[in-house]
Amino acid sequence: MMRDRPTPSIEVNDITVSYSNGVAAVRNATFELGPSTICALVGINGSGKSTLFKTIMGFLTPSAGSVRIAGLPVKAALRQGLVAYVPQSEEVDWNFPVLVEDVVMMGRYGHMNVLRIPAKADRAAVDQALDRVGMSEYRTRQIGELSGGQKKRVFLARALAQGSEIVLLDEPFTGVDVKTESAIIDLLRAMRDEGRLMFVSTHNLGSVPDFCDQVVLFNRTVLAYGPTATTFTEANLAQAFGGLLRHVRLSGPDLHDDADQRRVTVLTDDERPLVLYGERDQEKHVNPDRSETP
Amino acid sequence: MLLGPAIDLLLEPFAYQYMARAIWVSALVGAVCAFLSCYLILKGWALMGDALAHSVVPGVALAYLLGFPYAIGAFTSGIIAALGIAFVRRLTMLREDAVIGLVFTTLFAIGLLIVSINPTSVNVQSIVLGNILAISDDDVTQVIVIAAISLAILGLKWKDLLLAFFDESHARSVGLNPWLLRVLFFVLLSACTVAALQTVGAVLVIAMVVTPGATAHLLTDRFGMMIGLAMLIGAATSALGAYLSFFLDGATGGLIVVLQTLVFLAAFVFAPKYGRLAARRSARRSAEVIR
Ligand SMILES: Nc1ncnc2c1ncn2[C@@H]1O[C@H](COP(=O)(O)OP(=O)(O)OP(=O)(O)O)[C@@H](O)[C@H]1O
Ligand SMILES: [Mg+2]
Repeated sequence: MMRDRPTPSIEVNDITVSYSNGVAAVRNATFELGPSTICALVGINGSGKSTLFKTIMGFLTPSAGSVRIAGLPVKAALRQGLVAYVPQSEEVDWNFPVLVEDVVMMGRYGHMNVLRIPAKADRAAVDQALDRVGMSEYRTRQIGELSGGQKKRVFLARALAQGSEIVLLDEPFTGVDVKTESAIIDLLRAMRDEGRLMFVSTHNLGSVPDFCDQVVLFNRTVLAYGPTATTFTEANLAQAFGGLLRHVRLSGPDLHDDADQRRVTVLTDDERPLVLYGERDQEKHVNPDRSETP
Repeated sequence: MLLGPAIDLLLEPFAYQYMARAIWVSALVGAVCAFLSCYLILKGWALMGDALAHSVVPGVALAYLLGFPYAIGAFTSGIIAALGIAFVRRLTMLREDAVIGLVFTTLFAIGLLIVSINPTSVNVQSIVLGNILAISDDDVTQVIVIAAISLAILGLKWKDLLLAFFDESHARSVGLNPWLLRVLFFVLLSACTVAALQTVGAVLVIAMVVTPGATAHLLTDRFGMMIGLAMLIGAATSALGAYLSFFLDGATGGLIVVLQTLVFLAAFVFAPKYGRLAARRSARRSAEVIR
């Protein structure tokens, strides 16, 4: 499937995006992402994460700067079916007489002829995508007859079925249970190993070091970006969230009776906390969920 | 015995060429309008059909005044209305119904103004009530052309239209142009409204582009199936209405719409999943489970 396809990349070049009410939601943002990457987009509410996604998808046009996808202008990239997008909230009409499997099949339209008659490969892709998000048994349900988390999984399946090299996910973890969350993360990892580029916005700080190799810290503009280990630090996060994080620190004397200076820092936006442990400025990410399980 | 004369009586309409023609032309118009009705009712654009039917009045009045074919006038003003609605909608944050109300009353008012300045120019009755039994050869050709082109385009694009209407941003992400598809849909709707004017008249066009789709939606959860059922209902009721109007003398449009309403009521009560009886059944079943 990935043969003869351009190498996935996103280049955001000094873009400024304003809404019609004059709000400049993004200002002079620049960054670049390459293949085989899961990149997290982290920032407070209203920092412009969704706006950035919509601009990459060409739904909003930057007043300055440019976006290129796999070296192409956005429109050309979309026509080639290079990008799949799962929005923060679906603006669809839930009353439409379409079944779960019909929705997932819509992901395949770019692969079909003008009449949009599904071929064997399209059906197989739909079956597989439904299976991967664990929604196979709901495939003949009308789309409105699902819970919020189940709907989310269906639209994720549609993005999978699309088979795009680049996938943008706007807060895929809100409203899904822990089991689904780890299923989604496994899926993202598998897709990264196939060479794809995934760009994921999240408030789930704790899981970022867990599965993302790159991070973009965002507030109206790019505050910092690069590999998770060096970018996703307490100092950078404090800048991104400006004191809006819940912050708990247990320093050496609280933890040990000896001269060990290592300390525990817990940072949380609203979901899974980020836990850092180690000596000052040499702290490492630890995964509390992992250490709980024997 | 008695059977012979009864059958003769029933077959009598077919002996008249104008009747046979009225029956199949009605069926054709009924089928295309039903196809469009599926999208219209899902998008909550039911009023749009009404709006377009009223908007053609100024075009018709001008056509009579200036002496060119009235279908061209009707179609042109229908398109102006549809594009007007699409543009105002795009440029403001007003809700669709407000925009529709604004544009179509304006056009209708212009039409009334032209008619009132030129009282003799328009055969208002034939536009408001339709008269399929007296349809001219030219008009038949025109209806067939409109219906055939519309059906061909819908047959090619029905899935794209569904996607654009169901999920605009996804449609864009697979490279479709939702705005263009919407304009295409409104153009087809205007054309079919003009065709339906002949059969049922301006006042009842809205039933043709709403009722079959609404009925079919009660019967199925699959869009392809919904289109098939709606077209069947639209074609059958239109043909039957035209046929029955032979015996009841005249009011074809009224008959067609009454028949469509009867089918709708049947679906409303008996539909397997969304009918009233089914709702009662499942309520009773869950009550039993609780006990
Ligand atoms: N349609 C709109 N018109 C005008 N301003 C908007 C619109 N949508 C968003 N904004 C403004 O743009 C800014 C960025 O919004 P955006 O939705 O991109 O934030 P976000 O980072 O996705 O937030 P969240 O974490 O809550 O999803 C906000 O200040 C918001 O008020
Ligand atoms: Mg957002």
